[in-house]
Amino acid sequence: MTTSAAPQAPILTVDGVPLKTQLHRAERMNRIKSLALIAPLAIFLILVFIVPLVAMLKKSVDNPEVHDTLPKTSAAISHWDGKGLPAEDVYQSLIADLQVAYDNQTMGDLGKRLNTELPGYRSLINKTARALPFDPKPASVKAAMTELDERWGDPTYWQVIRRNASAYTPYYLLASLDHRIDEQGQIVAAEPEQAIYLDVFARTLWMSFVVTILCLVFSYPVAYLLATLPTRKSNLLMICVLLPFWTSVLVRVAAWIVLLQSGGIINSTLIHLGIIDQPLQLVFNRTGVYISMVHILMPFMILPIYSVMKGISPSYLRAAISLGSHPFAAFWQVYFPQTVAGVAAGGLLVFIMSIGYYITPALLGSPNDQMVSYFVAFYTNTTINWGMATALGGLLFGATLILYIVYSWLVGANRLRLG
Amino acid sequence: MLQPYATPVERIWYWAFRILCTLVVLFLILPILVIVPLSFNGGSFLVYPLQGFSLRWYQDFFTSAEWMRSLKNSMIVAPAATLVAMTLGTMAAVGLTRAEFRFKSLLMSTLISPMVVPVVIVGVATYLFFAPLGMSNSYLSLILVHAALGVPFVIITVTATLQSFNRNLTRAAASLGADPLTTFFKVTLPLIAPGVISGALFAFATSFDEVVVTLFLAGPQQATLPRQMFGGIRENISPTIAAVATILIAFSVVMLLTLEWLRGRSEKLRTTAE
Repeated sequence: MTTSAAPQAPILTVDGVPLKTQLHRAERMNRIKSLALIAPLAIFLILVFIVPLVAMLKKSVDNPEVHDTLPKTSAAISHWDGKGLPAEDVYQSLIADLQVAYDNQTMGDLGKRLNTELPGYRSLINKTARALPFDPKPASVKAAMTELDERWGDPTYWQVIRRNASAYTPYYLLASLDHRIDEQGQIVAAEPEQAIYLDVFARTLWMSFVVTILCLVFSYPVAYLLATLPTRKSNLLMICVLLPFWTSVLVRVAAWIVLLQSGGIINSTLIHLGIIDQPLQLVFNRTGVYISMVHILMPFMILPIYSVMKGISPSYLRAAISLGSHPFAAFWQVYFPQTVAGVAAGGLLVFIMSIGYYITPALLGSPNDQMVSYFVAFYTNTTINWGMATALGGLLFGATLILYIVYSWLVGANRLRLG
Repeated sequence: MLQPYATPVERIWYWAFRILCTLVVLFLILPILVIVPLSFNGGSFLVYPLQGFSLRWYQDFFTSAEWMRSLKNSMIVAPAATLVAMTLGTMAAVGLTRAEFRFKSLLMSTLISPMVVPVVIVGVATYLFFAPLGMSNSYLSLILVHAALGVPFVIITVTATLQSFNRNLTRAAASLGADPLTTFFKVTLPLIAPGVISGALFAFATSFDEVVVTLFLAGPQQATLPRQMFGGIRENISPTIAAVATILIAFSVVMLLTLEWLRGRSEKLRTTAE
């Protein structure tokens, strides 16, 4: 046997470049081309989707009213330690700022913001601004203002300005979690009559949980049937599953109202059969919301479980039974563990979609069945309170994001299948 | 399946299982079956028994200026959003499947995320973003956001189709002197067309059924069909809603059948490629 003693020369391509280098170069070119193909969509989504989301999150801690309308006061009051009354220069800054705000007509937002902290503040600054400028120029602005309204001699009113002098505030996020910052700057629980949001979050999670469990209980047998029926029959069954999936959500909501209302088909049938005497309240309450949400979300549960079940060979179950296992034990110990991946994927997907639901509870629920999304829409459309809308939205977004990360990690977003 | 030698307990379980499945399937299709006959009802209430056959609710729909405007708006927004989602989504899907690189799964998750972010949040965020630009109450902002919501569906279906695509075909085309663009349009696109079209159908259905973002972004002039239905259901459900619903159901049946047909085609492609 002869072996060449010469050191192995690198294999060269036609151009005289080592093959390895050339290969790396080609792979890098390929990667760059791939990224260039993805770039337009990435840029599009950044502009239309990600930037608005980030801006919304920022808005939930924005606190522009005091900082922008009273710039001099905001700067001056930072030197005050919050005890007793602020110094003369703070009073002077405030009347200077208020005069500018009065001339520029920017008092409205400021008054609204201060009033949410301390009722009566709006009328106080309006009254003060109208009295300006002091004529003749007083020796002490502090004394003149306190004489105009004795509330300016109360430190509480100054503490409100001091607390909100910064351009950012945790106020809305804390309020969304039923907390607030008190006069001493401590985080404390909100007044009981204002503390509603933790209940709303708990309700949202609970309703999503119930919907997910109901979807699972009803979807599992159907998915099993789909996976075990002969092709022709299972295709027909699949169409029955996909038809509601493709039907507009609003069409289905309308149909459920028609079916479930007190004079509706379900109630009249039950009365006709003599099962009940009085119509049951099935809609505009929790029952109606659950029924329609399960109806809308079931395909998202059936499809992932079905796709896992389709890959399971029936011989495992037969083998277990032929080896003497009880059919139920065989199902529970042999078949079910193989479908856990599909159950997890479907369950997480349904849960993620449930916590953001708005349309169904809004149209089929009572005020006590509304989820977080409803309050986001309420503060946006009805009372126009951007702080609360974006803070609640931000917390909901955070919850969704965490669940989605778990989903991507467990299931893999690229494993999503449709139909 | 039930064997002739099954024990009585097994028989009971078998039939209980069958009955449960039948009830669930009934639950799934009942609402759709119930609302269709009501749209042809002669009476003015949405209750059974029907009071004679009539097309008056369809006439009501087709002669109402508001309903027709909303139909027109939907027919402007949904196809435009589909076109944007289909083009950008297909390009990205091709890019995602042709090379391996770091953070690919993170990128994929990000591109699919519009599907799972609650629509109310998308609505508020885009309203806050577009309103200062003077773009709220415009078709453009509505089309862009609907396209973003439809993109995940295109990516999912097209990457799924591309996974069974034989890459040697593009190599063959390239070695025969075709430039990448020609290769894509003459070789790749005809073969992955079923995936692209079903993605486009999903994107179209997403936009065509979208109401929450529309509530925030659209003014009365841009109200789409679902927006108009939302208002109608909220005030009081008239039989006109049932007529619109029936038309939309017919529309979804057509889309579903197209999709099933496409799936058959792409399955055929998969078996010939192997």
